[in-house]
Amino acid sequence: MRPTDLLTMTPAGLYCPPGDFHIDPVRPVARALITHGHSDHARAGHGAVLATAQTLGIMAVRYGDGFAGSRQAAQLGEPITVGGTRVSFHPAGHVLGSAQIAIEAGGLRIVASGDYKRARDPTCLPFEVVPCDVFITEATFGLPVFRHPDGAAEVARLIASVRLFPERAHLVGAYSLGKAQRMMALLREAGWDAPIHVHGAMERLTEFYIAEGVPLGDIRKVTAADRPRLGGAIVICPPSAMQDLWSRRFPDPVAAFASGWMRVRARARQKGVELPLVVSDHADWDELCTTIRDTGAGEVWVTHGQEDALVHWCQTQGIRARPLNLLGYGDEGEAEPGEAEPGAAATPPTAEAAP
Amino acid sequence: MNRFAALLDRLAYEPGRNAKLRLLTDFFRTTPDPERGFALAAMAGALSFAHAKPGVIRALIAARTDPVLFGLSYDYVGDLSETVALLWPAPSVPGPGHNAPVPTLSEVVQTLRDSHKADLPGLLARWLDGLDETGRWALLKLITGALRIGVSARLAKSAVAGLGPLAADDIEEVWHGLEPPYAALFAWAEGRSERPEASDPAPFRPPMLAHAIEDGDFDTLEPAAMMAEWKWDGIRVQAVGGTRQDGTRAARLYSRTGEDISRAFPDLAAALGFSGAIDGELLVVRDGRVQSFNVLQQRLNRQQVSPRMLVEFPAHIRAYDLLALDGEDLRPLPFRERRQRLEAFVATHNDPRIDLSPLVPFASWAALAEARADPAAAGAGEDAGAVEGCMVKRVDSPYVPGRPKGLWYKWKREPRVVDAVLMYAQRGHGKRSSFYSDFTFGCWREGADGDELVPVGKAYFGFTDAELTELDRFVRRHTVNRFGPVREVTHEPDQGLVLEIAFEGIARSTRHKSGVAMRFPRIARIRWDKPPAQADRLATLERMIGGNETAAGAGA
Repeated sequence: MRPTDLLTMTPAGLYCPPGDFHIDPVRPVARALITHGHSDHARAGHGAVLATAQTLGIMAVRYGDGFAGSRQAAQLGEPITVGGTRVSFHPAGHVLGSAQIAIEAGGLRIVASGDYKRARDPTCLPFEVVPCDVFITEATFGLPVFRHPDGAAEVARLIASVRLFPERAHLVGAYSLGKAQRMMALLREAGWDAPIHVHGAMERLTEFYIAEGVPLGDIRKVTAADRPRLGGAIVICPPSAMQDLWSRRFPDPVAAFASGWMRVRARARQKGVELPLVVSDHADWDELCTTIRDTGAGEVWVTHGQEDALVHWCQTQGIRARPLNLLGYGDEGEAEPGEAEPGAAATPPTAEAAP
Repeated sequence: MNRFAALLDRLAYEPGRNAKLRLLTDFFRTTPDPERGFALAAMAGALSFAHAKPGVIRALIAARTDPVLFGLSYDYVGDLSETVALLWPAPSVPGPGHNAPVPTLSEVVQTLRDSHKADLPGLLARWLDGLDETGRWALLKLITGALRIGVSARLAKSAVAGLGPLAADDIEEVWHGLEPPYAALFAWAEGRSERPEASDPAPFRPPMLAHAIEDGDFDTLEPAAMMAEWKWDGIRVQAVGGTRQDGTRAARLYSRTGEDISRAFPDLAAALGFSGAIDGELLVVRDGRVQSFNVLQQRLNRQQVSPRMLVEFPAHIRAYDLLALDGEDLRPLPFRERRQRLEAFVATHNDPRIDLSPLVPFASWAALAEARADPAAAGAGEDAGAVEGCMVKRVDSPYVPGRPKGLWYKWKREPRVVDAVLMYAQRGHGKRSSFYSDFTFGCWREGADGDELVPVGKAYFGFTDAELTELDRFVRRHTVNRFGPVREVTHEPDQGLVLEIAFEGIARSTRHKSGVAMRFPRIARIRWDKPPAQADRLATLERMIGGNETAAGAGA
């Protein structure tokens, strides 16, 4: 069996003919396997959905209980027969519930890794290497200029800034699913025990994390009346809210942004960020290269991001590689700043009437 | 070095002056000598590294990275120092005992000063191995002389002053006699020692500034107790000459912030063959006629001055005041006496590049108002176009650094006004980052398909906070297009917003689509009542362009 017989490109996304299912389809399909809960990967309206229980839970939080015709929870590491294939889910280390999907048939194994990272994250299980013949990787940060520093050091910079400017509110832009909760957990590890204030758009997802047993401490939703009183506080909000009317009445706010894109100064400046924090839920260049080697894959398919550089690198290592040119990904989680306005599901409307 | 790098990194993103000051003072307070002194030197532009050229850096990275990956990365990042800082591979022999040491800023500065060109690649590579990304970025920016972190020398000095009871002007007084790493300066600022001796033969003296005159002032100020002179539209400078202990001559031209700009004006520096300090206005004078600010600006923007520049843009000082002469500090004297000393000095010195700014005689405020409204008739003659108003000074005022109350006043000419139509708006920075606060406005002209609006300028002040809220709301509700941070706003003859724009001057410009450039445009009033069709035409602006600039100078 050739790899393209097992997994092929269709307008809806990656499709497995022998199993008759799609992976992370971008439009409604009969049967979907979902890697994780970001809105560009997990969409509503499929017939049947197979995903980890936590991913199913996140989809229910975002889209309501009727997000799919039927659903099945995958246990990590337990093979499931789907049509003529065996599939299994393995931790991807990206966000709570995120998983790589391994598909096997006719002695061939392909791993679709979705989005992943190797760096430590107290809010989800660590990435697990799954040996395979073909490894499908993202390349969001697929350039060697992207090397994410230790998240703890970035959070230490945030706390140092609060100490230096105790009268100013520190607004931290962070994606509502994953990054926001990871920032909370990192702050707690750094000894920040004051309440952490959050924008209403991330309240329910944060409650879901807490219900799943991720300790995040005292989390409070910001109300309009609170804002002028939040000098010296850390407030986490969706990136889009930073330029919104919502951000207005905080005392002399410091605009921070937690994202891998903050590594590049011009990117941070375009967004008007004053305190860029390089914290990413995606693999950096070194992690991408290490992971490709670790899987032992002889062939690599590169999905969304900076494909050219990673494909070039694979070729210099004697690994066959090609870009998949998947469309429709990268809209959430760590979208290119300023390019795609996050979808409705990613950030519920944050606009408010001017005071 | 990593602490200095972290400071630069934070400053580069921080838009607020007060926040920058706080970051700087905090750094100076918690960083020991000599490290903080070299940091101050770096930010005040007192360091230069002759051998460190981008070519050296390119060669270093080329030896360490795949050329395809470097090319893709450089395209993406767009800045050589930053690309190299991010791409630089971790040292090949990691582990305890093998890590390259983290260099201090002092080590970097002192080593580079004493090293040969051939040693540079090896030194740089060792330092880059020892630093983190931010450290590498700061090192490369430092040695290539491109810090660009939005910190002026003045701001850095204010931060040093903030360590104790000193003011920034106190530091200016001694600054030019001091060398990095400024241990004596920090000791003085922290109250641990006496004021350092200023041994500079041509020191900078912080300038005296004026308050804008207000209507009520005319009721209390007595015309007989005041003198008036023209306020020239050039660059306020201080021209200082002196003799070193070894007998050699020193001559310097300082900006009003204390920046030494002598190198950009070698023609003027050569005219400073005296021992003393003149406060005056830097102007370009061609054939005895003062040129507009626009002409002067073409010379200001050059780092290197070509011989042709010197001929086409001859620099000149129009003297306002005399601060010191032959070792005598004249600043405590009353203005009237200093003025007499100045007149005598200019006459004796007799250099065509230095002349006297004439007094404007007046008996009443009404008479001065009349002179101010028509400087040409009141003595300024053909130079009237370079007059931006009057200075009014108490005859008994000593020369006090800073902006003391009640001594000097500036009375600018009434601004020109035009009604323009709001076309685009951009979000501001810092506190204004959620507001559309930078406004591009246009005037009508005849286009191929009838009348069209052409942008004529950009304004981001002049309105109150309440007006800003209204403007912001208007922009959000009338957006027709978005281009990144910029919004295009409805601007049709019958739909849109008219802004009354006040500005100080206008000149021809080849860099602007409209062919005109305004000086200090600001929003004087929001004309909610006026339909855009009734806004002014470009031709109205063109007629306002004065005759005081020649075609060559205007670059038209």
